[in-house]
Amino acid sequence: MESAIILEPEKDRLVLVCRGTGCESQKAKLIFSNLQKEVDKAGLGGSVEVKFTGCHGFCQQGPTVMIMPAGTFYCNVSPEDIAEIVETGLQKGKPVERLLFLDPKTKDRVLNFRDMEYFSRQRRIVLRNCGLINPEKIDDYLAVGGYEGIKKALKMKQQEVIDEMKRSGLRGRGGAGFPTGIKWEFCNRSVADQKYIICNGDEGDPGAFMDRAVLESDPHSVLEGMMVAGYAIGATKGYVYVRAEYPMAYERTLTAIDQARKRGFLGENVFASDFSFDIKVKLGAGAFVCGEETALMASIEGRRGMPNPRPPFPAVIGLFGKPTNINNVETLANIPVIMTRGGDWFASIGTERSKGTKVFALAGKISYTGLVENPMGTPLRDIIEGIGGGIPNKRKFKAAQTGGPSGGCLPARYLDLPIDYESLASVGSIMGSGGLIVMDDRTCMVDIARYFLRFTRDESCGKCVPCRMGTQHLLRILTDICEGRGAPEQIQQLQLIADTVKKGSLCGLGQTCPNPVLTTLQYFEDEYRAHVEDKKCPAGVCRALISFSIDQTTCTGCGACARACPVEAISGEKKKPHQIDQEICIRCGSCRTACKFESIIVD
Amino acid sequence: MDTSSTNNEIDSVLKDYDEKRENLIPLLQGVQERLTYLPPEAIERIAAHLGLSENDVFGVATFYSQFRFQPRGKHNVRVCQGTACHVMGGARVLEQIIKQLGVEPGQTTEDGRFTLETVNCIGACALAPAMFVDKDTHGRIKPEKIAEILNGVGNYTGT
Repeated sequence: MESAIILEPEKDRLVLVCRGTGCESQKAKLIFSNLQKEVDKAGLGGSVEVKFTGCHGFCQQGPTVMIMPAGTFYCNVSPEDIAEIVETGLQKGKPVERLLFLDPKTKDRVLNFRDMEYFSRQRRIVLRNCGLINPEKIDDYLAVGGYEGIKKALKMKQQEVIDEMKRSGLRGRGGAGFPTGIKWEFCNRSVADQKYIICNGDEGDPGAFMDRAVLESDPHSVLEGMMVAGYAIGATKGYVYVRAEYPMAYERTLTAIDQARKRGFLGENVFASDFSFDIKVKLGAGAFVCGEETALMASIEGRRGMPNPRPPFPAVIGLFGKPTNINNVETLANIPVIMTRGGDWFASIGTERSKGTKVFALAGKISYTGLVENPMGTPLRDIIEGIGGGIPNKRKFKAAQTGGPSGGCLPARYLDLPIDYESLASVGSIMGSGGLIVMDDRTCMVDIARYFLRFTRDESCGKCVPCRMGTQHLLRILTDICEGRGAPEQIQQLQLIADTVKKGSLCGLGQTCPNPVLTTLQYFEDEYRAHVEDKKCPAGVCRALISFSIDQTTCTGCGACARACPVEAISGEKKKPHQIDQEICIRCGSCRTACKFESIIVD
Repeated sequence: MDTSSTNNEIDSVLKDYDEKRENLIPLLQGVQERLTYLPPEAIERIAAHLGLSENDVFGVATFYSQFRFQPRGKHNVRVCQGTACHVMGGARVLEQIIKQLGVEPGQTTEDGRFTLETVNCIGACALAPAMFVDKDTHGRIKPEKIAEILNGVGNYTGT
């Protein structure tokens, strides 16, 4: 992680408080105000600057506080820790040991965040400023070279900007991976009195949160990307479409637009050039399908978010019937850097056909959840075991889910697969927007397929029959299997319906929603067979197919299971083996999660 | 709230938007923000303002999951059903909340204190399983802690 440190001239230390959604939900606001107060009280106001930032990705151990330039990184900070951070850390210059990151491998406290594997193994281009600058201050963005990309673009011809983008090899980060430069070229060639740029911030894939983090932490980089795109295609108006579920991203984008207007970066004749460009923000209203570009445009126009057949492509007939170019947040955040450092530089990173980096949102059964950015082609294993710290509680890796409801579940044998658009497609999944959910041996793959189908069934807009009816039938069969009513021939039916939905649906939602079913069938068929033939759920998740009991030889009688049980089905004397009353037990598995001695047996 | 003050609330939102279809969703959002839901009057007045049929406006409003047609309780409990939350036991959390509140998602408790809703991922995946009470996020929830969380909201005592 390259560190850009923005410090007021007379100050020599900078205290950065993360106020992304994750840390903010754990009192980061109070931590920030306490820090300001304590620093003033200690008379350090002249030499220490306290600043808040957006998310730097290490959400697992938030709230976090970072002291620069030393790189001291405090984890799991609570408002009560602030006095000690100021007294011991800032005044006496001795780091507060107990708040430093504990490296699980070496068992040592890590003094400098640059030595943490989580950060040192990443390469950050999109997230370059996240966690380091104040997202609500345009001067912070300017100090790290912000708006240099658009200034450079304005001195070039439109076609030269497009050529630079083509040379970079940048492809759409929203999921489909279409080359950005070519997309711009199509729209540039369309002749019209008005053209539009849309930033797709409708990050609807459950499990992906990088777009939210970029808008919350570095909104100006997205605006700058839109300006470059607008100049290249000849658009004068832009829209940022943000999910309703991301209030902080919405607010910070509005703030950034307001600041950019005041500086003359948006509006008439930006940077004293002939180019005029302005941006509006539209708030989504909770429909996953609006991530699809034609549905998104319908939504901006005030209609139901239903997709339309393509062609005509948006580059020809788009928003309000005018040529429109739609790029995703992460794609746009790459653009200022490509403009300043050049397409060749960008193309030197990544694989043959997938250039640059990809941000993944790492979550699920993994030690360190959060955002990680790596060059395209990085093997899954490096991300999961290296950066993510592997699977917690000594459990075994079972599958990695990429691409959300449109993607697939990959088994352990693909851990060394270098990830790019092509490699993921070749094993039945997709890059998608970059959600990466790790699953262990206690995750049931049939249940996961059912989970995604319930999601896509609910989110199908209902316009085309294959998607509307197909998701309904797939879900019904998967529910039968999970609830113990499955029959062996249903496995074939699943395959048949999934293939039909894939081939026959109108938009990306329908065309990809069978992927979770198809990949789990392909890689975990044994698990489906166990459900329908033996009426067992090997992972111990599907309630109709399991029962729990306590191993009387290993149970220590600690009582953790009884305390965790929501229905008081577990009883026993202290320090003596406990029992489960099968009549009361609801098979939720809370006891199994709570037990530290592996004494809960699933049958 | 009586009809005339409801209408006043709606009209105070309408005056900020000109009569373009593009403003339909922002209008629905603005009215819901004030009234916590969209009563029939809201559909009528927004339709008249934009020159659209009520049918059209209602069709758009029901398409998007954000919009509600029943008043909301005093506190809004939203349980995340995203993938990370599902893998980390989100279903158990929801089940426990349903039991504690005695209502299904989409419903409001009899005393009007809580409305229970589910949400498809709020991007707090690192804190899974997560739930939200009004604007507060509660992360890494254990089912046995739910009573405590709900009790903390205006000292609720359970149903």
